[in-house]
Amino acid sequence: MKNLKPNEKLDIHDILKDLDKYQPRKRGWVWRDSQPIEMRGFKYVQASPSLKRSIALPSANALDNIDPQPDSVITTEIASGRFEDDIRRMRMAAYHGADHIMVIRTAGQSHFDGLLEGTPQGVGGIPVTRKQLRAQRRALDLIEEEVGRPINYHSYVSGVAGPEIAVLFVEEGVNGAHQDPQYNVLYRNINMVRSFVDAAESKKILAYANIAQIDGAHNANATARDAWKVMPELLVQHAINSVFSEKAGIKPELICLSTVPPAASPTPDIKINLPYALALREFFDKYKMRAQMNTKYMDSSTREATVTHVLNLLISRLTSADIQSTITPDEGRNVPWHVFNIEALDTAKQAMIGMDDLMSMLCFKEEGYLHTKKREIQERAILMMEEIIEMGGYFQAVQAGMFVDSGEYPERNGDGIARDIEGGVGNNSVIKRDSDYMAPVTAHFGYNNVEQYGKKFVENPALLIDGCTFERPEMVQFIDELDESDNVYLRLEETEKYRNSNLLKPEVEWLGDGVVTIDLFFPTSIKIASEAAIATGKKMNLKDVEVIHKEVLHPSEGTRIQIKGKVDFDINIDDLTIPKDVETMSEEEIYNYVKSNPVHVIAGTGGNDEHSVGLREVLDIKHGGIEKYGISYTYLGTSVPIEKFVDAAIEMNAQCIMMSTIISHDDIHYKNMEKLHNYAVEKGVRDKLVLIAGGTQVTPEIARKHSMDQGFSRGTKGIHIASFLVNKIRLIQNED
Amino acid sequence: MKERKDDYLSRRDHLRDMSDKELKEYFFNLVDKMVDPLIELSYENTTKSIERSVLLRMGFSSLQAKDVVDKLNEYNLLRKGSGHCVYKVAKKFKISLLNAGKKIVEEDGIDYLVEVFS
Repeated sequence: MKNLKPNEKLDIHDILKDLDKYQPRKRGWVWRDSQPIEMRGFKYVQASPSLKRSIALPSANALDNIDPQPDSVITTEIASGRFEDDIRRMRMAAYHGADHIMVIRTAGQSHFDGLLEGTPQGVGGIPVTRKQLRAQRRALDLIEEEVGRPINYHSYVSGVAGPEIAVLFVEEGVNGAHQDPQYNVLYRNINMVRSFVDAAESKKILAYANIAQIDGAHNANATARDAWKVMPELLVQHAINSVFSEKAGIKPELICLSTVPPAASPTPDIKINLPYALALREFFDKYKMRAQMNTKYMDSSTREATVTHVLNLLISRLTSADIQSTITPDEGRNVPWHVFNIEALDTAKQAMIGMDDLMSMLCFKEEGYLHTKKREIQERAILMMEEIIEMGGYFQAVQAGMFVDSGEYPERNGDGIARDIEGGVGNNSVIKRDSDYMAPVTAHFGYNNVEQYGKKFVENPALLIDGCTFERPEMVQFIDELDESDNVYLRLEETEKYRNSNLLKPEVEWLGDGVVTIDLFFPTSIKIASEAAIATGKKMNLKDVEVIHKEVLHPSEGTRIQIKGKVDFDINIDDLTIPKDVETMSEEEIYNYVKSNPVHVIAGTGGNDEHSVGLREVLDIKHGGIEKYGISYTYLGTSVPIEKFVDAAIEMNAQCIMMSTIISHDDIHYKNMEKLHNYAVEKGVRDKLVLIAGGTQVTPEIARKHSMDQGFSRGTKGIHIASFLVNKIRLIQNED
Repeated sequence: MKERKDDYLSRRDHLRDMSDKELKEYFFNLVDKMVDPLIELSYENTTKSIERSVLLRMGFSSLQAKDVVDKLNEYNLLRKGSGHCVYKVAKKFKISLLNAGKKIVEEDGIDYLVEVFS
């Protein structure tokens, strides 16, 4: 398959073609190459090498578009139910810095006794199958090449088919996996004996391929009524899975603790979360930290979620995060919009780079609240384990309801999750191995009497069959589709008219889904505003209108409402008037012209506007502004009265006025443009002067509509203006 | 569990004088006590999913592995290992592993297995 090009879409048909013959390029987890970097004179310590292709933070626009990458692996979770649409989101995410892409499984897969095959559509996630994994891994193999950094692909090894899924993951080049039998037991009601027996095998398989494992302890946060009260138990849960994993064969450096700061503001967030983060990292320093963001206290406000997540990122930087996970800020309202994956990634990148090397300037007090609280959490965890052992061990403790109790241990409220040792899915399904039990494969955990066939097989049981699929990938059998009525080809057919065609439709998660979100304000109460918003959506001809967020600004003065709905029209690109890219002259041509025809510019920020950064960028030689091409300028400063521009131009015999105008309240920027034009007319110099307006809210069309010769917006470089100016002056001279 | 009030202060007496380092060591001693029996349990037992995962590694598809394991379970042979059974049948009849699996599903190879493992 050919390499991806930034200006070309990834073709899903190419990905699916000859998939049965595709083999993943590598196995195992990849950490970022953590090292100090220097960029535009800034030194970053907790950083990693730049990407070959990426999209920088919006404000990098003013900083030569630098895109420093932090040291932690950064995760995004993707789960729309259609793996083919998720691939596009993965590519966008990779450009924004994701190198750990986690796919959520469809509801119910953990209770499925065996592997699913084909590509059926999922609910709240995708059915994880060999075909789906292979297609996504193949796409990621291309995407990682495109961005220039390895991408870790990740899903879940839980449920009653764990060992089989683990094998699948090794064979299909999956690099990370959730594996924690406690998750099965507590949240999926899968029999505990079965869960642990399966888990040891799964872990041994993951260990073989250096797949990083993430535990499931963070689910206790999300389940408990007051999440911060389970902190002692979280240490216990992490300990059980980590040590069990190590004893099953996983290297400590690939055992990752999924840790979430349990509390969120308006609780005193850092005061609760920091001692806990320290307690955990002190005890578990030989393992890795996968810092997850808090979801428990998320509502539908994406702003609020983002602030919580930034506070979580502060905890990561105050302590450590080998993997920094991100939660989309719209998770609390179930609108899995592409852009929120990207926003969450940008939030992580921005905050981590912003807090680079924080701890070289700070240290923690070794006495007082922080130390006492940290120690208290650790001691409470120890007391809990003492009682578990006293009760007869882990199984008895679970049966008694010890876990996920809403009381902070040793307090008990009697509301823990209790599971019967002889209950749950897969009860009584464990079989004792006989003394001649044997399995002639690699990475098999537990008793395995291969010696009965010869001593030489003890170290390598698969030798008995001349190697298994782990050594001989060509042995793997590929099943294509099992369901003729539910598969990727049917879904692609339905949306084919939007694929590589001239038709477009707004989209939230699936190609052509037609979903739009709209932000509204009504000067009324929340109840009335909600209904008014739905009525508004209907009048806008949206289908399936739903309120997705409400926020009271004042009980009677106003409410903010966000709605979603569907449009049922297509946009034909052929019917659009696409603004042409401004053609620029070569630097040499501009320079030569100005050398023999001196050009002088009057510049400043117009009206009552103090914003001058953008203007300086296109003027100064050091930023590659017009000065670089020999154009001289007089800078009048900020808040320049409009008349002064024209008077100065006459006085200095200038050819051009460049007026920056950022503030757009009450359309003041348009008014100033007209005013500038009118005054130049009044003074009799309009036809000799080139008038240019610039600013974030200015577009070329708007500027020209308001009597300017041209307008320039974000992303403008000196050469764009210089080129336009020289062309325009030539035209004026020719007219003369 | 029965409801009870927070008695942390009275319970922690024996931990009070431990250094942070000692506390950590003690923590992991307790973890071992909880986890060792679970590891032992896993060491000695198998499940249908483990056995299917063995067959996957031997080149069976998920559908074939399911049929073979179900059949072997019917005859209480998983205690010998599904891979073991397939291996035995393949050797005995000098056929491929996949054909041995087929033979088991068709109950052709079962008699031999029951006999050889009795």
